Amino acid sequence: MKAGQILRGGMVLLLVALVLRPEWFYAVLAPFAPTGGPVIYERASLLSLSLSHLGLVAGASGLATVVAVTLAILVTRPLGAPFRPLSRTITNMGQTFPPVAVLALAVPILGFGAGPTLVALFLYGLLPIFENAMTGLSTLPPATMDAARGIGLNRWQLLLRVELPLALPVILTGIRLSIVIALGTATIGSTVAARTLGEVIIAGLLTNNTAFVIQGGLIVGLFAVIIYDALVRLEAYCARRTGQ
Amino acid sequence: MIEIDGITKLYDGLPAVDDVTMTVDTGTITVIVGTSGSGKTTLLRMINRLEEPTSGSVRINGESTQAVSPHILRRRIGYAIQGHGLFPHYTVARNIGAVPALLKWPAQQIAERVDQLLTLFSMDPAQFRDRYPAELSGGQQQRVGVARALASRPDLLLMDEPFGALDPVIRARAQDDLRRIQRRLGSTIMLVTHDMEEAIRLGDRVAVMDAGRLVQYGAPAEIIARPVTDFVADMVGRVERPLRLLSLATLSELVEDGAAEGEALPVDASLRDALSACLWTGRDAVPVEQDGAVIGRVTFDAIRARARVHP
Repeated sequence: MKAGQILRGGMVLLLVALVLRPEWFYAVLAPFAPTGGPVIYERASLLSLSLSHLGLVAGASGLATVVAVTLAILVTRPLGAPFRPLSRTITNMGQTFPPVAVLALAVPILGFGAGPTLVALFLYGLLPIFENAMTGLSTLPPATMDAARGIGLNRWQLLLRVELPLALPVILTGIRLSIVIALGTATIGSTVAARTLGEVIIAGLLTNNTAFVIQGGLIVGLFAVIIYDALVRLEAYCARRTGQ
Repeated sequence: MIEIDGITKLYDGLPAVDDVTMTVDTGTITVIVGTSGSGKTTLLRMINRLEEPTSGSVRINGESTQAVSPHILRRRIGYAIQGHGLFPHYTVARNIGAVPALLKWPAQQIAERVDQLLTLFSMDPAQFRDRYPAELSGGQQQRVGVARALASRPDLLLMDEPFGALDPVIRARAQDDLRRIQRRLGSTIMLVTHDMEEAIRLGDRVAVMDAGRLVQYGAPAEIIARPVTDFVADMVGRVERPLRLLSLATLSELVEDGAAEGEALPVDASLRDALSACLWTGRDAVPVEQDGAVIGRVTFDAIRARARVHP
């Protein structure tokens, strides 16, 4: 527990330093840069790239959460049950389609920039959320559901007061998986001119500058680990609240 | 008064409940007993419309259950089930207050009702109010489940194997509690069980179901003494029959003047207790006491005669 907290704090400090004071790492990164080439990425502020990166992920995952959870709620109602296989197929397709292909296909329609990336991340993020929300909503304790109906909750009350709160920890697991996938995948958005931390990595790859690749990769990686950890703890808190 | 009139439930054309008609008096406990698959639970669930009857009707105090939408109906009918069905994410107080909250009682009134019910079930409100169900023992969870069902002072309380998940000692205590609370509040209760012992112990009236049909409906003593079919006789248990009959009568019925040796029994103990005492200690009679004073005795011969004379 103690060691975990120290590690957690260390990672956050490292991330903040990498984003706000990249020049501190000059000495460490210099050996990886080509001779005479730049060591620290200075074409754009790493803070603004990070915020734009996180913004894209939040937007896409937020949208995916709303759509996937709504879909899961609909197909777990008696009336929606026949649509379950269909919605499974759709979300599965979103996952099997490689994000790069989605980007390539979306650019002619949406143009270069954040649009295609948002679409790719959204489609890619649907499946884990949908599958988990469906599992969560269809494996609720039967005695609790029966009693809830038996004491007179109507459908909305049942959904909002019992089903969603009890399924929340499982739904959150899906959201967490989706966010972590999106954090990594967002980097390729820079190939179609979305402003993400992928810009740093791609600049490094194009100029054979490993120092850039390490900077970009490390920041994205740390964001993923820290956000993952925070969401795990949020899930544990919710699970405790629901007495599980 | 609950009037069930020619109620039938078909599943895939086969009757789960087959043309059941019965009347339940206000302020009594009616126990529906049967084997699994006898349709007893389906019958109970048709009263609060968790199952819709294929045909027939139910009236509660003269009003048809079809007159209002199901969730409004259910708020007037308490419902307690096996394994309690408490909301794991609600505290004890919020669980018990769930129906009053649905009925939009003021918060103050709900809080008072919660404390009152916890006290009634011998649970200290200050200690238990803010706990979550997972932090309670099985017996406590079950009591909270029954308290929740009683919270809004319903016209009728439906209980589906409410004590099924409890161990025998806790179950007996829960049954005594229910009996005591029902007498105190004058509630009307319909309870489903597969356990004839429980039916006889709790029921003012016992309804025996077999293959979807109501085969016998009457006072426990009548069910024991005059079972109308072999099935009912089997449910009662031919061997246990005299003992069950004796368990329904108290010592007050046979107490006579005279002295007896040994430890006295209270006058409201059952004749089965007295028989057991006679056999265990080899006595021919036991003293009977009331309010701490011996008022007479009950003899072994009298008990034996009572078991043979079926009422």
